[in-house]
Formats: sequence, structure tokens, C-alpha cells
Amino acid sequence: MKITKKVMEGNVRAASRLIRNLEDDIPEARSTIKHIFPHTGKAHVIGVTGSPGAGKSTLIDSVIKMYRERNRTVGVLLVDPTSPFTGGAILGDRVRMQRHTEDTGVFVRSLATRGALGGLSKAVGDAIHVLDAMGKDIIIVETVGTGQQEVEIINHAHTILVVLVPGMGDDIQAIKAGILEIADVFVINKADRDGTGKLYRELMNMLNMVKDFPGGWRPPIIRIENAFEPGPFGKSVGELFSKITEHYHNLIENDLLGSRIRRKRLMELNEALRAYILEPLMKKLVETGEMERMVDKLMRREADPYTLAEGVTKKYLNGTP
Amino acid sequence: MAERKLRIMVAKPGLDGHDRGARILARCFRDAGYEVIYTGCHQTPEQVAAAAIQEDVDCVGLSCLSGAHRFLFPAVVELLKEQGADDITVIGGGIIPAADIQFLYDAGLKGVFTPGITLEDIIKWINENISLKG
Amino acid sequence: MYFAKEMLEQSSTLRKKWEDEVKRGLEKRAELKERFSTVSDLEINRLYGPEDIKDMDFEKDISYPGQFPYLRGNQVTGHRGRLWTFRMFSGFGTAKDTNERWHQLLKAGQTGLSTAFDFPTLMGYDTDDPKARGECGKCGVAIDTLEDFMQLVEGIPMDQITTSMTINPPATALWAMYCAAAEIKGIPLSKIGGTIQNDMLKEFIAQKTLMCPPKPSVKLISDTVEFGTKHVPRWNTISISGYHIREAGSTAVQELAFTLRDGMEYVEDVLERKGLDIDEFAPRLSFFFNAHIDFFEEIAKMRAARRIWAKAMRDRYKAKDERSWWMRFHTQTAGCSLTAQQPYNNVVRTATEALSAVLGGTQSLHTNSLDEVWCLPSDFAVDIALKTQQVIAEETGVTNTIDPLAGSYYVEALTNQMEEEAWDYIHRIDDMGGMVAAIEKGFPQMEIADAAYKFQHQIDSAEKIMIGVNKYVTDEVQEIPLLEIEDRVETEQIERLNALRRKRDSKAVKRCLDDLKNACKKEENVMPFCIEAVKNLVSMQEICDVYREVYGEFQDPAMY
Repeated sequence: MKITKKVMEGNVRAASRLIRNLEDDIPEARSTIKHIFPHTGKAHVIGVTGSPGAGKSTLIDSVIKMYRERNRTVGVLLVDPTSPFTGGAILGDRVRMQRHTEDTGVFVRSLATRGALGGLSKAVGDAIHVLDAMGKDIIIVETVGTGQQEVEIINHAHTILVVLVPGMGDDIQAIKAGILEIADVFVINKADRDGTGKLYRELMNMLNMVKDFPGGWRPPIIRIENAFEPGPFGKSVGELFSKITEHYHNLIENDLLGSRIRRKRLMELNEALRAYILEPLMKKLVETGEMERMVDKLMRREADPYTLAEGVTKKYLNGTP
Repeated sequence: MAERKLRIMVAKPGLDGHDRGARILARCFRDAGYEVIYTGCHQTPEQVAAAAIQEDVDCVGLSCLSGAHRFLFPAVVELLKEQGADDITVIGGGIIPAADIQFLYDAGLKGVFTPGITLEDIIKWINENISLKG
Repeated sequence: MYFAKEMLEQSSTLRKKWEDEVKRGLEKRAELKERFSTVSDLEINRLYGPEDIKDMDFEKDISYPGQFPYLRGNQVTGHRGRLWTFRMFSGFGTAKDTNERWHQLLKAGQTGLSTAFDFPTLMGYDTDDPKARGECGKCGVAIDTLEDFMQLVEGIPMDQITTSMTINPPATALWAMYCAAAEIKGIPLSKIGGTIQNDMLKEFIAQKTLMCPPKPSVKLISDTVEFGTKHVPRWNTISISGYHIREAGSTAVQELAFTLRDGMEYVEDVLERKGLDIDEFAPRLSFFFNAHIDFFEEIAKMRAARRIWAKAMRDRYKAKDERSWWMRFHTQTAGCSLTAQQPYNNVVRTATEALSAVLGGTQSLHTNSLDEVWCLPSDFAVDIALKTQQVIAEETGVTNTIDPLAGSYYVEALTNQMEEEAWDYIHRIDDMGGMVAAIEKGFPQMEIADAAYKFQHQIDSAEKIMIGVNKYVTDEVQEIPLLEIEDRVETEQIERLNALRRKRDSKAVKRCLDDLKNACKKEENVMPFCIEAVKNLVSMQEICDVYREVYGEFQDPAMY
């Protein structure tokens, strides 16, 4: 197939159009993924999450630079929220990376959440496959950064950076719910601010309570200076860069990469089953009016939801839920 | 199947940093339901074209208030064409004297907007003139 | 208490009577609008009376011209003793083109010069840099080297005429050229006077003429303050500017607050970094405000500005010299209030705005030309703009008495309100750790973006009116003559620059740049090194490239 070939050759137009079609849920795009899938799995996928204003984009910009200095190609997916009121979105993260725009070894693509929860867009998983098939060595995914429930990234990334800023309400209590457990590397950004020491100690205490780290990898905490001070900033980004690389090697050496990938495969299969089985079925129920009729029954208390669901499985799925 | 979404890039080529208009437009496009990619100030035409292609936008809106539009706007059109992306509509606005408007249309811009146009007019123009990819 | 108790009681009784009548009147006919507000959307009451200013203290809050808190002006005789400087911003094409315009303006009665540079110069790029393509001479004059600069000041008596230069990131380089040019003409540095804008904080906040990150940018500014204090005592080394903040869409209060807080940031940096005494440099700090279309709001803003600054300098920074307490400012009428439609209306807008600046007590004024929405002004348009100032100064009689609006219930109440709201902002920024920290957070940028967006909607919905745009619109197009910059300007300038690069002493150039780089690394004052460099025909961009290399380049984080 022509488009598959183009994407595999690294053609930017073809790849960006394919991602567009995936976002718009065009069926042909889905079948293109079938052709691309066998050629994926080579890239190191890095997730970057943390609250808005934590400086994720500026950090990514610097990490891109380090990879480019080592001749590694980079694909970047930047997710920004869709306005629930208008359906529109301003995707402004790429502003911080515009210096790489003309570099053919870097591909930056912005995505809107379009209502997806979990800090990513529904198309992110497939978009990663597209970048992977293009031959990008490194794929960086930046999540929305609205706060606590952004754990979706765990299903997509091999290495996850959690970016925190002192004095921005990023205290451990507030964000403990989920996001800290997924970190492979902690970054305390803007670490020239008050509260850095406190945040560092809180993270250390939290990590000290963990008995056993998978593969023996205790997430390091990197302090990064103000990005407006090029000297110290560059140095600490260098440290971050080597920790990312170390983490990837640790995954491979301890045979943990496989289990991360397996988690993504399971999630993808779930998604696909939902798309192929549940969604068409629901659509059919709505179109035939059955859905409304069932709701009517519930309203009159003539049936309960479980009985109705059993009825649907009997009728459409040969009674095997 | 989800609906097609209009993607539009708001870009400021050249050295002028007067981004009041560009930023207002970005918000206004968001409120019109578009996905807006904003490049920030001080972009070269090469950066604008490359970003437009990576983002697969339907339309690039250029803003320039320095008087350099005669060079910058056609340069973006030309670069997109060279990279086989002439299906991306290029429009522009800013301080553009009447005498330059035809020049810009001849250079391949599809819309030229000058001071005093309302946000509503711009949205209307886009809805009528930009066809979604697909 | 500002009024006697009896008077307030009388007022209260009479006010009650008036309010009753208003109520009856409103039952018959509503007012023209439900809500009356300034162009900044500050709500204005139906009437102001003694009770609105009853808490003022005459000595502390009002006083007399030349007396603390300088609400009524710094000079004891106001504009009676000395008119403001008529300073028209001009510059286009090559140095030679601009020099000719300058001579023409001086002949027409202008009393100071003000330089507009083109975008490559403003951003620290020479004309032959790829980023400069298409921009040369478009929005101002192109200056690459001292050779260009000598042409610019050809025949200008630099010891008699003061010159303002609107230049920010490359301010050290351009000021060095001015100093070098004076020396070549045999004029000592102690005799030259003028202003460099040199205000980077407002660039990060509003205008985005950017080069290095905020901290080193402020360091370079402190270098100029120190150099000026020691060697060029008649020079205003910073023009702390609200103009661009307002043009970016801020409200009047935001303009006031952010500008004054910027000023405080510079003061603090010089005190800390250079160890100068506040009274050594504070008298040479100058300000630059916008005169927008809302007449009284602007007057109140300028009066409040003087009072806030005097209090800040005396109480916050412990300045003792009264000249440190003075806020001296230049004003420009609001470019963003002008319309492309029915351009001749712009003459009326500009006249009104200029009048507000005069009544606000400005020391210097630029009046916009009617065609500035479109391009650099034509000779014809500049002439009307300059004459607008002359009519105000010499025909209208508004300069007959000092601060004529003082004591107006409305003007004093509005002045108080603006001061109070400005202090609120200032304290919020203090709490963030100062202006640089606030900028890094995007705080002033976002406040302005919100205000600009709101205003645009008010225009689109005709809640706020612009004649010819959303009311009394006509289809007829008024043709006005426009100034065109030919493309040959760029080719010629590049040829000149190439020729100069061939003929200059390349060893000396390298030595100068190395010295400058060392100075930057050692945190020494860069000014002497810049002057030496420009004398050896080092170009403006070559100097700026050293800054970029040592301090890093700053990208606009684009808040929206």
C-alpha cells in the first residue's frame, strides 16, 4: 500500500496526514495501521507528564537537542486540551520547539484531547506507531498536564518523566493519587525556587517507603535549574538525559521492557475490541430504537439493567458475554 | 466516525513581535471550534512552512505588521508549493496597503485581511472558503 | 479630611435631592447606556462629588507643583515655564534618508529628535542576516555600523539637540555609536543628551523584541545606568515604557502598574549589582506612557503615576534627592486607537489624546500621524501631527495654568482609584518575587492577553465604539498618500555593509569582540568595550552575537 510505503520512508506529509485521519477516526486510516503495525516496536518511547506551567515543553526542547547531537531521530507528540465548550483547542506547545522545525530528523505533531480523559488523545497510541514506522529512534509524548488522573501515559511509554515544580501546589499529598507511582524519573524543574529542598525531601521519603523496585530501579530525582540560565540548565538537562538512557538499558537488561510493551498491547487489544464489537453494537441499539425502548422499561421498572444486558448478549452475541 | 476538525496555524513570520492580533485570533479560532496551532513570533518562512506540513493544517494564517509582507507571505506560499503542500490555504493579515493586496493574491494568497476587519468576518470567510482535508 | 464637616452635610442633603430627581427621570426615560465605562472598562459613576474624595489629605495627596507627591507636576511653573518637547518619532530607509527628514523636522519647529529603527536593527541583526530579509528600512532606519550612524547625525548639533533612540536589546551597541559619533565630532560625553529606551522588561511583557533571557538583559541595562551616571550625566539611560504594554491591549491600570513595577525592578538591580546610591542614578530614570482615547482616564493615569513613583522612591527606596522622586515622562498618542477606515478621523483622535497628555503634565510628546495604521508616516501626515501639538500649545490656552483639573471630584477620585488598583498589582508582583519572576510565570502577559481579548469582543459587539469601524461606517474609501520604501534600500544597504567589511581592520575587529566577550564573562561593564568596538567598525549584530553566545538566546514562550 502506497501510504504505508511513504510513511516507512519517513515522508512527513504522508505521516502527518495519516495521523490526521487517525484523529478524525477515518476507517481507511485504521486499516493503514494494520500494514504499519508489523514494522513498529523499534523506538524508545518517553512520556513526559506533570502540571501545567511545569516547563515540560522547554525541557523536551532541550532533550531533543541532546538526541540530535547524537544523531538520533526524534518524533514528538504534544497533547493539549480541547475546550469542552467549543470543541476547539489552542495547541501551543510547539512554540518552545520551533528551533527544531527545519531539522528533518525531528517531527513534531500537536494533538488535541478531543474529550479523551487521562491526559492523552485517543489517537496517541496509533500516532506513536506512525512515528515508529517512520523510523524515529526516540518518541517523546507530552501529556496535557491538568493534574492527577494522567496515568494513561503508562500504557504507551517505556520511560516516564514526572515533572514537578516547587511552590506550585505540587505537594506530594495532592498528587499522590497515581501520578507518582508511574514515574521512572522525577524532575524538579525551576529548582532555583523556594521549596525545592522540601519537595526533594518529600519525594525521597516517599521513595524510601517503597520496599522493592522492579529491576532494582529506584527513580532518580533530577533538579533542573531555571531554563533562563543556559549554563546550569544545560548541565542538569545532560544529567536527565543520561538517566533516561540508563533507565531504558535497565528495562532491557532486566527483561522489563517486554512487560511494558505487553501492557500496551493489552490496552490496544481492549481498544480494538471495543471499537469492533461494543461500539457497532451500541450504534445498532441506538439506530433501531432498542436503546430507547430499554430505557423506557427501566423507567417503568419493568426490568433491571442486568437483565436487559443479558437479553442483548443472547440476541446479538449468541448468549456468550 | 468522528467529525473532521478544521486545523489552522497562526504564524508570525519576520522580526516584528506585535502579536496582539495573532493571539486574539488564536483564541477566536479556538472559540470557533478549530484546532489552532500557534507558532509564536519571529518565525522564518521556512519554519512556518515546515510546521504547517508537520501539523497537517488546512490553513495557515500569517500576521505581519512590519511591512515585510511583500517578501514573507509569498515566501511561505512558495515553500509549501515546493514541498508539495499547495493544498494548504495561505491567508495573511496585518498592515497591508491597498496597493499590495493584488500583489499578494497574485503570489498565491487566498485571503488578505487588513485592519478593521472583525473576528466574525474572518471566521465566516474561513467557514466558506476552507474545505476540510479528507 | 479634605472637606469641612458642614460642607459634607450640605452635600449629602443636596445629593439626596438630586438622586430622587434622577430616579424620577429614569422612570420616564432610561439613560443612553446601562453601564458607562472607560475604554479600559473601568465603570464610571453617574456623578462624582465631595464624598468621593473626602478621605484625601491635602498635604499628603495633593499639595502643589514641585512639592511631594508631585501629583500636580515636578516643575513649579508647569508648562508656563517650559513647554513639553515636541518630539516626533521618525526614521525610515537608509541613514541618509532619515537624516534628511530630521533636518526638515528641525526646520519645522521640532525641538528634539526621536529615532525609529528598522526591525533587523531593533532585533540585533545586520541587514545581510537571513532573518532580516525583506525588512530593511521598512519600519525605521537601518543601522549596521558606525559609518551608517555618522550619516544619520550628519549636520545635527549633538551638543544642542537631544536625541531619543527607541532601541532595546542592542541598546548598548547603538548608544556606543552615539557616544563614538560625538567623540569623533569633538563633543565631550558630558555635553550630549538624550534617551535610549533600553527597557527589556516591557519587551518580555508586551512587544517581544527579544534577544537574551530576562536576567542578563537586566544586567546589560544596569551597565548603561552605571556608565551614564559616571560619564554621560545628561543621558536618560532607561525609558521605562508603558506605551507598548498598552498597545498590546492592556488596560490603563495595567499599563500604570506594570510600567512602574518594571521601574522598581531596574532600581533594585542597579542598587544590588552596581552598589550605586539611589540618588546617583534615579534622577536620570525616565518614563514613557501611552495617551489613549479615554480622556480623563489618561489624565488620571499620568497624575497617579507621578504620585506612586514619588512615594515609591522616597519610602520604598529611601531616596533623599527630590529629583529622584520626580517622574519625568514622554508620551505618545495611541497607535492602537487609530483606524484604517476614514483615516482623517485619526487627526481628531490624536488631538484629543495629545490634549490629555498635556493636561496630564507630560514633558515630551509624539503625536501619531493619520496614516500610521498603514505605514511609516508621509511628510504630509507628519506635518499635521506636529502642528496638532503647536495648536494645543499656542492657541488653546490649556497651558495658561498648571494642572487645571486638580480638585475635580471626578479626576481626583479616578486618580485615587487608579493608584489603588495599581498598588494592588504591584504588591501581587512583589509577592511573586518581583517582575522577572512574574514574567517567567507569564503573569503580566496573560493579564494583558485577557484584557485585549475582552476589548476585541467589545468592539465586535459594538459595546465599545470606534467610529468608522463599528458605527457610522461608510463604504467610501478615503485615499491617503502613503510612504513607500523601495526594495533598492535593502540591496544598497547590503552592498555598503559588504564594502565596509572588506575595508575594515579585521584584526582589530576580532580583538574588540574578544575583549567584549571577556567583559561579559567577567560581569564587567560592557559600555567601554562597545564604544571601542564600534569605533573599529564592528557591526551591531557582531556585538549582539557576543551577547547571544555568552548569555543565551531567549525564545518567546508565547502566552495566549
